[in-house]
Amino acid sequence: MTADKRVTLDEVVSSLSDGMTIGIGGWGSRRKPMSIVRAIARSSLKDLTVVSYGGPDVGLLCATGKVRHIVFGFVTLDSISIEPHFRAARQAGTVEVTEYDEGMFYLGLLAAAWRVPFLPTRAGLGSDIMQVNPSLRTIRSPYGPDELVAVPALTLDAAFVHMNRADTRGNAQFLGPDLYFDDVFLMAAKQRFVSTERVVETEDLLRQGPVQTLRINRSMVDGVVETPHGAHFTSCEPDYPRDEGFQREYAGSIGDKWPGFLARYVDVDETAYQAAVAQ
Amino acid sequence: MSIEATLAEYCAVACAEAFRGDGEVLASAFGYIPTLGARLARATFEPDLLLSDGEAYLVANDLPLGGSDKVIEGWIPFRSVFDVVWSGRRHVMMGATQLDRFGNQNISALGQHEKPKVQLIGSRGAPGNTVNHATSYWVPNHSPRVFVDAVDFISGVGTNHGAADIKRIVTNLCSIDFVTADRSARLRSVHPFHSVDDVISNTGFDLVVENVTESRAPTDEELKLIREVLDPGGLRDTEIKS
Repeated sequence: MTADKRVTLDEVVSSLSDGMTIGIGGWGSRRKPMSIVRAIARSSLKDLTVVSYGGPDVGLLCATGKVRHIVFGFVTLDSISIEPHFRAARQAGTVEVTEYDEGMFYLGLLAAAWRVPFLPTRAGLGSDIMQVNPSLRTIRSPYGPDELVAVPALTLDAAFVHMNRADTRGNAQFLGPDLYFDDVFLMAAKQRFVSTERVVETEDLLRQGPVQTLRINRSMVDGVVETPHGAHFTSCEPDYPRDEGFQREYAGSIGDKWPGFLARYVDVDETAYQAAVAQ
Repeated sequence: MSIEATLAEYCAVACAEAFRGDGEVLASAFGYIPTLGARLARATFEPDLLLSDGEAYLVANDLPLGGSDKVIEGWIPFRSVFDVVWSGRRHVMMGATQLDRFGNQNISALGQHEKPKVQLIGSRGAPGNTVNHATSYWVPNHSPRVFVDAVDFISGVGTNHGAADIKRIVTNLCSIDFVTADRSARLRSVHPFHSVDDVISNTGFDLVVENVTESRAPTDEELKLIREVLDPGGLRDTEIKS
């Protein structure tokens, strides 16, 4: 019998350290591993580099002072175009950024997953992505005249994704319309954590969805955390949609409204958070 | 001539015209009026277009704005969108906070990038889109703040920075193309209710202005499709001031 990889949120956080580069799965305000993000937000961790198809994960970690550097192609709440806490941090100049085209970002993760130093693409050529990332290099094709961007591998110290179902060994399943890039985040990372709505027996996975939903296997995962409603307030289809009302409250909690939000929803453990949002 | 067509309906038809001749490519439109335009094009003169629902599905039927009764003809999660982008078989119609006379687009930040005056959404897929496939833009608020001499940040590349093909900019005032010797912006047509002078005074760079026509009116069939099938809820009217 393979190892039981179940861990607690506190155990996930205690395996991290200041200054790490962390990757967060999902996309915008969709299927984000928010229970882990919340656990990091209320921890003493600092100076993190956050790599994300950004949503409220990025905003919350900015607002709680965890972030030194962000690698991103966008940061959005989807139904609210601009992430206000990310915007505030950028305009205050408190975070450094590496801004990529969102396809370049994918190739960076893929290069790390495939253990190659870079992957080539046309995306980025001619744009100011090349100007604001002076370490980016182009490469001449060995087979012809093409000049391409060499996107460097985006190797992660740790990655977190939230899946609909998983077993105790780390086989994990998405039941919504899109896996996003969650498998690639895990493959690009040294420490890999899956939070899940529900842990099920291995033989029950295919009762949840077809075999094509089993895109994360246990060799890609070190720890499994069962956190029901753990993607809240982002969407986790088909288990639940985005909580638009709560997202508006989060987005509106800027300036002097932030301490109240922090006390009620951030400086509390996951059980208390879930109780507070259920009201 | 359908004299009763509204400005929003002229804009939708101008967006549809941007996709004319595209054939069997993925038309990705952002915003109500561009989405309506792409669906109108497919329902009429460009039947081979592929349309996604903005989530993960290719939708085969004439879906109304805000509608959910989908006939799904394919699965296109975000990872597959990159495959399509990099294959070149796509025409995107994006928004823009700033555009210059060569169609360079900014959706990243206003001011200095290290510490922006205004942080925007981020470059998204604009650099990769513009360098790989056809691109058009929709600007619901044509003003000198949008149409600037130089953009603060080049997210989407213009015709002077290696764009694959900048097809069209459709605004609440007019339609712009890049069919000039130096591939700079040319005023193609002006929507009724507005004049060439309105366009010039609301554009922060020199547009090529010659042989400007009035934007094409919706046909009776198009008006019927817009009002009864594709946007019976009138969402098109929420995107621009009439």
